[in-house]
Amino acid sequence: MAQTTEQTTDMRHGSDAEHAHEPGFIRKYVFSFDHKVIGIQYIITGLLMALVGATLAMLIRLQLGWPDRVWPLLSQIFPKGYVSGVMTPEFYLAVVTMHGTIMVFFFMSYVLVSGFGNYLVPLQIGARDMAFPFLNMLSFWVGSISALLMISSFFVEGGAAAAGWTAYPPLSAVASAVPGSRNGQTVWLVSMAFFIASFTLSGLNIVATVFSERARGMSMWRMPLTVWSYFIASILGLLAFPALTAAAVMLILDRHTGTSFFIPIGLVVAGQHLSHTGGSPLLWQHLFWFLGHPEVYVLILPALGIACDVIPAFTRKPVFGYKLSVWCLIAVGALSMVVWGHHMFVSGMSPFTGEYFSVATLTITLPMTVFGVNMLASLWGGSIRLRVPMMFACAVLALFGSGGLGGLYLGNATADMQLTDTYFVVGHFHMMIGGVTLMATFGGLYYWYPKMFGRMMNEKLGTAHFWLTFTPFFVIFFMQHFLGIQGAPRRYYAFTAYDFLRETRLQNTIISSAAMVLISGQLLFLINFIWSLFKGRKAADNPWEATTLEWTTSSPPPHDNFGPHPLTVHRWAYEYGVPSDVGDYADQRVPKERVAVTA
Amino acid sequence: MAKQTSVIHASIVAALFAVLGIGGVVYGSRVALPGLASRHGAGIDAMLDYLLITTGVLFAVGYCALAYFIWTGARRGRIGQRLASRRTELWVSGTIGIAVALVAEGGVLAIGMPVWSEYFDATPPADAVTVEVLAQQFLWNVRYAGPDGQFGRTSSDRIDDVSNPMGMDRTDPAGRDDIITQNAITVPSGRAVRLRLRSRDMIHSFFLPHFRVKQDIVPGMTPEVIFFPTREGSFEMACTELCGLAHYRMRGFFDVVSPEAYEKWLTDQSTPPPARR
Repeated sequence: MAQTTEQTTDMRHGSDAEHAHEPGFIRKYVFSFDHKVIGIQYIITGLLMALVGATLAMLIRLQLGWPDRVWPLLSQIFPKGYVSGVMTPEFYLAVVTMHGTIMVFFFMSYVLVSGFGNYLVPLQIGARDMAFPFLNMLSFWVGSISALLMISSFFVEGGAAAAGWTAYPPLSAVASAVPGSRNGQTVWLVSMAFFIASFTLSGLNIVATVFSERARGMSMWRMPLTVWSYFIASILGLLAFPALTAAAVMLILDRHTGTSFFIPIGLVVAGQHLSHTGGSPLLWQHLFWFLGHPEVYVLILPALGIACDVIPAFTRKPVFGYKLSVWCLIAVGALSMVVWGHHMFVSGMSPFTGEYFSVATLTITLPMTVFGVNMLASLWGGSIRLRVPMMFACAVLALFGSGGLGGLYLGNATADMQLTDTYFVVGHFHMMIGGVTLMATFGGLYYWYPKMFGRMMNEKLGTAHFWLTFTPFFVIFFMQHFLGIQGAPRRYYAFTAYDFLRETRLQNTIISSAAMVLISGQLLFLINFIWSLFKGRKAADNPWEATTLEWTTSSPPPHDNFGPHPLTVHRWAYEYGVPSDVGDYADQRVPKERVAVTA
Repeated sequence: MAKQTSVIHASIVAALFAVLGIGGVVYGSRVALPGLASRHGAGIDAMLDYLLITTGVLFAVGYCALAYFIWTGARRGRIGQRLASRRTELWVSGTIGIAVALVAEGGVLAIGMPVWSEYFDATPPADAVTVEVLAQQFLWNVRYAGPDGQFGRTSSDRIDDVSNPMGMDRTDPAGRDDIITQNAITVPSGRAVRLRLRSRDMIHSFFLPHFRVKQDIVPGMTPEVIFFPTREGSFEMACTELCGLAHYRMRGFFDVVSPEAYEKWLTDQSTPPPARR
C-alpha cells in the first residue's frame, strides 16, 4: 500500500519534471492523468450518452403521445424496432430500459458525479490533482468500456435488455420471458459490473482526495458545499454500489450456469417448465434497492451542492445556514442507507417492515426540508443577478421542492399502495434524479464553462435554453404525477386497452408535445457549447466574482492548478458582501489582515 | 438600460415560478382518482386527500416565496442583511423543517398506519368470497372453490398451457367442482372478498384502481388481499409490474353483482364445463 502511494506521488510530481518535454497529444488528452482533462472527458462522454438517452426518450414519447400514428421514417431508421411504421412492444421495452439505464448511470453519474467531481474537488480544495491520478484515468477508461458495452447491446440478438432499469428477475433472468432477456440482459449486467468498478474507483479517489489533498488552512469546515456533497455522495457510493456488483454476478450465474439465486421452483414460462429451484426474486429487489436508493442521493447531493455554490455568486451574500446544511447532508447520507425498502411496500414483504421503512423514509423530510429552506433563504435579501447559471440554480430549487413533496406520497406506505408503479413514480423521480440533476448539470456547465475552456457561453442562447428546458420539463413531469393519481401504470406500451384511462390520452399527447419542445430545445445548448469553444468571449479568471479557490487560478487552469507555490486558505468559502479591494467579496486565500473573516 | 432589461427579465422569471406554483395547485385540484368502490379505499383516499392538501399548500407557498425573492432581489442594488445569526438560521430552517416533517410523519402515523394495519391485519369474515388468481404472461386465471367450498390440489408440474393452465390435480375430488375462468372475477355485493394471488412465471402486480388494491405477485409467494366492495359494477383490473411484451394489455374485469345475480352466475358456471381438451 505504502508503495502504491509512493508510486502515485511519483507520478504526480513526475509530470512536473516532464514539463521540459511536453506530453504528446495522447498523454495530454486521451490517457491523461490530469483530473481536469479526465473531468472534461467524463462530461463530454456523458453528454454524448445523453444524446442517446434523449433520442430514446423521444421514441417513448412519440409512442405514448400518438399510439395510433404510423412513422414510416422511423421504420427506415430502426427497421427491426418499427414494423411498417409501428413501434414493436419489444423495442419499446428495450428503449424504456435503456433510456433509464443510460440517463441514470451514463449521463447523470458521468457528468454530474464523475465529471464535475473530478474537475471541481481538487480545484476547490486547492490540490494539484486527485490523490490517485493513475487510478483516475483507469476509472474513466473502465467506465468507457461499460458505456460502449451498454450501447452495443442494442445490436445483439434479441435486442437490448427490456426488463426495466431495475432488471427484476424472473423477467431479467429467463431468456424466454422477453426478447431483451436473451443476450441483451447479459450485456447489460456485464456493462453494469464494469460501470460499478469504475464508479467505485472514482468515488474512492474523491474520498481520499478530500481527506489527504486539502491545501493548508482548508479545514473541513471551510470546504465549499460542493466539496462536501461530493465527499458524502462518494462515501455513499462506496457503501452501496458493491451490493449491485454481487447481485449482477449472481444474476449472470442464474442466467448461464443454472444456479437459482433469484428464480423460485416451478416456473412455467412460454409453455416450458424451468428446472430452477429455491431462489427468491425478492432478494434481487433488496440488493438492487440497497444500491438504488443511495444512488439517488449520490446524484442528488452533488446537484444540491452545486446549486448552493452557484447561488451566492449571484445573490452576493453568503449561503444561509452553511454548517446546518453540512449536517443535513451528513444526516441524509446516513438515512439514505436504511430506507431502501420503500421501493417495495407492495412487494409482499412483511407489512411490519413496510411500517418501519415508511416511518424511516419520512424522517428524511427533516434534513431535506432544512436544506431546501437554507437554499431558498440564501436568496433572501440578496442582490440578485439573474444570469444563466442562477436561473438554473433556481430551477434546481423549484424541482427539488416539487420532487420532495412528491416524495411524501411515495414514502407513505398507505398512499404508495395506490401510487406505486404508476406515472406518479415516473413524475416524481424525473423531478428528482432527472430534473434536479439536469438543472444542476446545466447550471454547473454554464457556471464553470469559462473555467474549463477559458471562454464564456452565450448569455442570450443560454436564457432561451433555460426557458425551453425548465418550462416543458416542469409541465411534463408535473402532469405525470396526476396521470398516476388517475391510475396510469408505468412501463405501458400504450394506454389504449383500458376504459378508465381514456381521459389520460389527451394528457399524454400534451406531455409528448412538451417533450418534443424540451428535446429540441437542447439543440440550443449544443450549439452554444460548441460555438463558444471557438467564438465565445474570452473569460476572465473570475468572471462571476466568486470566492472559491478554482477562481483564483487562470482560466483554464495550468496542469498543476495553482502554480508551484503552495497556497494557504484563510477563510470559509462564502465571503460575499464584504468590502474588499476587488469589490464586494474576498476569495478563500485573502488573509484576515486584509479582509475580516466572518465565519 | 441593461439594468432595466435584467429587472424585467427577472420579473418574468419570477412570474413563471408564481404561475407554476398556483397553476399547479389549480390543475391538481381538478384531477380525480378513479371512482372509489371499496371500504378500506376510503382510508387510502383520506390519506391521499390529506397529502394533496398539505403538499398543495406547501408547494404553492414555496414557489411563490421563490418568485418573491427573485422579484425583490433583482430590484435590490445592495444586499440586505448579510449573515443571519446561528439562532436565526436554526429558528427559520429548523421550524419549517420540523413543521414539514410533522406534516409527513404525522400524516403517516395518524392517518396512514391505521389504514395500513387494518388492511393487512384484516381477518376474512366467515362469509368472505374466496377466489384464487393465478397470473401468467399475459392473463389472469381465476378459480373458485365451487359448491364444496374446497379448492382442489394443484401443482406446477401439471401446468399445461392448453389443457391445464392452473395445474389442477384431476385425481383430487375436491377439485372436481372448482370453477375456472379467465380474466374475469365475479363477486357478490355486501360480502368481503379474499383473493389468494399466485404467479406461475413473472412478477405481476394485481391492480384494481377503483378498489385501491395493488399487490405484487412474486412467483413462489402467495399473498392474500382482503377487501370489501362498496358498490356494484364492472371494473377493470390491470397488471402494474412489468411482466413482458403484452404487460400493457393484461386486462381483466372485476364484476361486483347483486347476491342473486351472483348465485345465478355460480349455478351457470357449476354446470359441468364443456370438456376442456
